[in-house]
Amino acid sequence: MTTAHPSLEAPTPAAEPSALAEISQETLALTRRLFVQLARRPSTLVAGVLQPLIWLILFGALFANAPAGLLPGGISYGRFLGAGVIVFTAFSGALNAGLPVMFDREFGFLNRMLVAPLRSRSSIVLASVLYITALSLVQSAAIMVTAALLGYGWPGGAGLLLVLVTLLLLVFAVTALSLGLAFALPGHIELIAVIFVANLPLLFASTALAPLSFMPGWLGWLAALNPLTFAIEPIRAAYAGDLSLSTVVLVAPYGTLNTVTCLGILAALAFGLFLAIRPLLDRKLS
Amino acid sequence: MIELKHLSKRYAGDKTGGVIALDDLSLSVPEGSLFGLLGPNGAGKTTTLRILCTLLAPDSGAVTVAGIDALADPRGVRRLLGYVAQEVAIDKILSGRELLQLQGDLYHLQRQARDRRIAELIGLLGMDAWIDRRCGGYSGGMRRRLDLAAGLLHRPKVLVLDEPTVGLDIESRTAIWQVLQQLRDAGTTVMLSSHYLEEVDALADQLAIIDHGRVIATGSPNELKAALGGDRVTLRVREFSSEDEALKVQSLLKDCAGVRQVVVNRAQGFSLNLVIDGDGVVEQLRRQLAEADLPVFALAQSRPSLDDVYLQATGRTLMDAELAVAGSRDAKAERKQSMR
Repeated sequence: MTTAHPSLEAPTPAAEPSALAEISQETLALTRRLFVQLARRPSTLVAGVLQPLIWLILFGALFANAPAGLLPGGISYGRFLGAGVIVFTAFSGALNAGLPVMFDREFGFLNRMLVAPLRSRSSIVLASVLYITALSLVQSAAIMVTAALLGYGWPGGAGLLLVLVTLLLLVFAVTALSLGLAFALPGHIELIAVIFVANLPLLFASTALAPLSFMPGWLGWLAALNPLTFAIEPIRAAYAGDLSLSTVVLVAPYGTLNTVTCLGILAALAFGLFLAIRPLLDRKLS
Repeated sequence: MIELKHLSKRYAGDKTGGVIALDDLSLSVPEGSLFGLLGPNGAGKTTTLRILCTLLAPDSGAVTVAGIDALADPRGVRRLLGYVAQEVAIDKILSGRELLQLQGDLYHLQRQARDRRIAELIGLLGMDAWIDRRCGGYSGGMRRRLDLAAGLLHRPKVLVLDEPTVGLDIESRTAIWQVLQQLRDAGTTVMLSSHYLEEVDALADQLAIIDHGRVIATGSPNELKAALGGDRVTLRVREFSSEDEALKVQSLLKDCAGVRQVVVNRAQGFSLNLVIDGDGVVEQLRRQLAEADLPVFALAQSRPSLDDVYLQATGRTLMDAELAVAGSRDAKAERKQSMR
């Protein structure tokens, strides 16, 4: 390099603002947009609360007169179902995380963001994660309150913390999956199809609606490998008032799992999925 | 200000085995100019602008804006650029003002500066009557003005517009033209693509005509037209001639004094396009035709236009080039190309 003439040198920008300030500005703006959309078009939120409510009320009533002592621990079916529906709510909420991103891809709004000098393109992903996490937690809270009003129980303070941590881990994992799909699939039709197909089988092949002991061997295996089960059982334990992290919460065909193991699996899943979709995001957002 | 060097880009296609969008395209935009990129649909204008705006990576070639390498430091270039895309993507649920605020945050403007700038642009582009309504109800002209405002929020050194006036009403078009001229006068480098000859002719200081992903002519409108020289004559002996007759007239006239060139325009009912030099040539042509007992249905003389520049370089008019691709464009494939 030869010595450049002073006037040809790029001007040093006047004290560039910190990366953190810029990233939070862009992330907040993008998150705010998603919430404004939700506030003006609340049908997603309404449907997201309504669907699990119907599960809880109708499905809970279905076995109201089942013989006492049918379920392990002698609890009522409604109590048993509560944890399952809470997890299912958070799960199906998070599964929709990719939809706004997909629409932005299709309508070209993503290009508008990508032309801007974002400090980090992760802001786009981060905004989706923040939005969907908040939304899923609100929906889950609504279900928890309803379950309590139906007499299906309420976890105590520490129990709530356990429920929160469990749901957060599950929501992170499912959000990562959904965002990955939103960038991998060609359009929203395909994404909706995948969401639609994934939803119910994952619910049925879990311990949300029935304990493992009710299932035939093959389904028991599936349910014992289903991530939803790893979220349902710790929450069920929290509802039962058993907050010891080493309590066995799942007797799977392959061995017994306690709360810590379940949460560890969920955390590893969330972490692993974010790692797995990173190359895709880097490519699509480069 | 903008240097594009040897850009090549090929889109992979499912059926056709791919489309070459850019084929060794190079051009240079001087600082402070209003630069027009003229060419028919499918010539590579949008691809060029998308590469310039860092939305697309070229297969090969180099892009620099104000000395910053767009491929090595895309963020540096994004800060300098404002981009107004062809397909205006807006969020239907947000109001125009909210969209501008969002965009301002993506460019890291301080809140007060941002809102002051938004108010300024609302005035400049005459948007105050509807800026707080939701974008979903905007007309094409409103959307385009909003998008122009979004592109100008951060006072970019370079403003890039892809077909900014396509399908607009006259009022919106005039408003946009005025703003572009004001910007250029204030020192902003403006680059726009267009397939309207009149637009580029009226607005641009400099232009490049591109066709099939290559630059076929570059210069100021007057330079390009003057370089062609001569006057243009369009001649029809009948309203619709046969090819035989047109060829007969061509051979009759091509050796006349002052006639430089006679082309049979097959797309326009076998009319004849002539290039002539000097005075009295038109009278001479009329005499020649009368002697051969040929009628004259229409004879029009004009100065060379940018269309003639295009015709000279490609052998067809811009309009014919448009018609030729109109049926063969695949809107779905093009949407896919722009989708991330």
